[in-house]
Amino acid sequence: MNKKSHFVKCLLLFVSLAFVFVMLVLPLAVVLIKCLEEGWVTYRSTITDYYTQKALGLTLTATIIATVLNTIFGLFAAWAITKFNFRFKNALTTIIDLPFAISPIIAGLIFIMTFGRIGFLHPFLQAHHIKIVFATPGIVLATLFVTFPFVAREIIPLMNSQGNEEEEAAAMMGANGFTIFFKVTLPKIKWALIYGIILCAARAMGEFGAVSVVSGSIRGKTNTLPLHVEILYNEFKATEAFGVASILVIMAIVILILRNIIEYRSRRESE
Amino acid sequence: MARWKKTKVIPGFGLSMGVVLLYLSLIVIIPLATVFVKSFDSGLSGFMKAAFSQRVVAGYKVSLLCSFIAASVNSIFGIIISWVLVRYDFPCKRIIDGFIDLPFALPTAVAGISLTTLFAKNGWIGQFLYSIGIQSIHSKFGISMALVFIGIPFVVRTIQPVLEDLDIQYEEAAIMLGADRIQIFFRVIVPEIFPALLTGFALAFARGLGEYGSVIFIAGNQPMKTEIAPLLIMSKLGEYDYSGATAIAIVMLFASFMILLLINILQALFSKFSK
Amino acid sequence: MYVELKNINKSFKAFKAIDNVSFGIEKGKLIGLLGASGSGKTTILRMIAGLETPDSGDIIIDGKRVNNIEAGKRGIGFVFQNYALFRHMTVFENIAFGLKINKVNKGEINERVIELIKLIGLEGFEKRYPHQLSGGQKQRVAFARALAPNPQLLLLDEPFAAIDAKVRKELRGWLREMIDKLGITSIFVTHDQNEAIEVADEIIITYQGKVEQIGTPADIYINPQTPYVAQFLGEPCVIEDYGRLKGFDKVKNSKAIIRPEFIKVGKTAEEVGSIYGSEKGIVEQIFFRGSNTELKVRVGEILLTAYRNLDEQEFKIGEEVRILIYRLNFFDDVKVHSMENSAIKDPMPVYI
Repeated sequence: MNKKSHFVKCLLLFVSLAFVFVMLVLPLAVVLIKCLEEGWVTYRSTITDYYTQKALGLTLTATIIATVLNTIFGLFAAWAITKFNFRFKNALTTIIDLPFAISPIIAGLIFIMTFGRIGFLHPFLQAHHIKIVFATPGIVLATLFVTFPFVAREIIPLMNSQGNEEEEAAAMMGANGFTIFFKVTLPKIKWALIYGIILCAARAMGEFGAVSVVSGSIRGKTNTLPLHVEILYNEFKATEAFGVASILVIMAIVILILRNIIEYRSRRESE
Repeated sequence: MARWKKTKVIPGFGLSMGVVLLYLSLIVIIPLATVFVKSFDSGLSGFMKAAFSQRVVAGYKVSLLCSFIAASVNSIFGIIISWVLVRYDFPCKRIIDGFIDLPFALPTAVAGISLTTLFAKNGWIGQFLYSIGIQSIHSKFGISMALVFIGIPFVVRTIQPVLEDLDIQYEEAAIMLGADRIQIFFRVIVPEIFPALLTGFALAFARGLGEYGSVIFIAGNQPMKTEIAPLLIMSKLGEYDYSGATAIAIVMLFASFMILLLINILQALFSKFSK
Repeated sequence: MYVELKNINKSFKAFKAIDNVSFGIEKGKLIGLLGASGSGKTTILRMIAGLETPDSGDIIIDGKRVNNIEAGKRGIGFVFQNYALFRHMTVFENIAFGLKINKVNKGEINERVIELIKLIGLEGFEKRYPHQLSGGQKQRVAFARALAPNPQLLLLDEPFAAIDAKVRKELRGWLREMIDKLGITSIFVTHDQNEAIEVADEIIITYQGKVEQIGTPADIYINPQTPYVAQFLGEPCVIEDYGRLKGFDKVKNSKAIIRPEFIKVGKTAEEVGSIYGSEKGIVEQIFFRGSNTELKVRVGEILLTAYRNLDEQEFKIGEEVRILIYRLNFFDDVKVHSMENSAIKDPMPVYI
């Protein structure tokens, strides 16, 4: 019995480790090895290239705007959904989940159709010389759409399970809404909120499909890092593509480490 | 409104609801509605022609088939990996656990080019696969591999918490009644995690249907063979064929809604049984 | 002895859960394993079942050493604390599970399950799922499921812990009746002394991984053998300078426990029945307890707990009363003795 269970354990462990190694570790390793294939000098020139820097700037801008706005939205949405009862609550929750189920390509498409050449807002935008599609605002909008459930989704289940007693107690003592939120609710959901923000930022900086639809990929102007990777790769500049990709990989690793730290700390706190 | 205000002690309903509805309308509802409205522009016959032309239908088939294969593969490995992570102790467990989230954190375009390099004929894995006769890029196999990469965290992260919560008493009860390892697994554990497994499968499947970045590099994008539905929208847009793009998008949106509905039903079922 | 444990030891890492435990159980008896949480009672039960392996010692069931026999093959039925009914199976399927696993043919399974459902009084509930049952009903199904494969020994882990107070009492009686009817040797774990006293033929009291005392409920209640048992059972007051009480002399380095059952309170010395043995006290608190009243009475420095029947005259807080202690138990570090009130008989009988 014991020998058999040891064998099963080893087998399952082997299968899992093999899967993780082949499907997750190797793809990461490929990027880091390929980007240095032509030496440090090429790598450095790729990283410091004007277009790379511009793309990095746009990626960071879109990421920061999307993360900040979606965090604010997520908090309001969670407050409305978990603290009150109203009709269509389930419908609202489902709508918030929508971007998870929608292809990023479609996410980009809907903004093209709304703000682009054939969109109904086009005449208005043109009259006021506002450019959304194929420009930075379009990229930000697409990123917003794709990433907006992340924060809300992390904190809503938690706030639901924590109940409203503490908030009600604070309200009975005369605290106003913002006091209740910052003094009572926020400390309770701190870790989940940070986790949500991290996931949101990760997805925002890496978004490819939606951004690719609305960007028009004008080099140096509306190019984000992932789009830049694509352009370089399609120009058969694989080493450069992997060089740019390595920036994103490093960001991804930082995010994973942060995620682990947060999970560890929140677990320790709840024990 | 007034009625709610009377019964609710906690303030902020009006403000939070207002912000939520405004934001949702601007970012989601209005743009999404526009697409639906636009899709009627070309009339039903135009819509049907664009949405179900031979090449497009082939695209749906590729997307559905590869997503299904990937979600199935992920279900099997997802159960094993969650089991290993929940039940066993081994060195570097936390690192392995962290790695599962990599597809969430790694931009899809990066995943796309690195998987392509890995599975190419001269790649680290590709050379083995090609030597045993598997064309691992520019094929449905390649697309499925990319979708396996993208989908694995969905399955693991839905099954893992359920396994963690699964009271060891259920297994012990089965042991006391004389069940062996395999009977326990199939008769006790699988039914317990089945709703979570289905949810994870549906999430991975939905993600696979819409996935673009990680797939286009490895797919090769040959019409009728390895061209996925999202790429078709992209190429229609490139040809300024907006109604064509919209038509495909509507079909895909419908599929997404169906899957979302299914997930919601599953979760309702879930909470009923876990009482 | 039907079930016998010999020199069993078990540690969880540094924690010594079971410390050289030995005892035996006769066939057909219903045994209560009683102790506070962490006292080792559940570990003992789980070792008998085969869900835990002892570090050393022998477990013998029906003359056979079962240490190396798998849990499922020991012929034991186990009822889990939270029932552990399979959520995705109906009542019928839950009860049939063990029979199906043992490849009993369909007709027999049907017959046996229907018989058991009748026994537990849940006819008509066959197709229900566990989440559609009340706590008491789930408990009955768990009981039937454990009995289905015809075990020779039934083990129950805190069988009533998850059921609310009213149903619990009813279910206790039901369980006693069922086990009497079936004549199956049974062991149940509980932390509730009333439950153990009411249901069990014999009680085994565990404390810090050791068996403190084994005996019938009455025996254990009246003649506690160890200081722990003396303090654990009932609602005793522990008193250090009991020598101040009338009729008792303090033995050096000992403490006493006084049970409310051995105290009589009355308005006058005549009412309590002894002039010399009783003394004055002041009523400090009164609790109405449904079937009686609980009084806290101060005698000098000592606060005693006593009961008073409802048909007797009521007291008021602050009232002076007469209090008579019949007997107490005193104990040092190892042993418990009992002591009668020596002043109840006239201290100096006068012969005319």
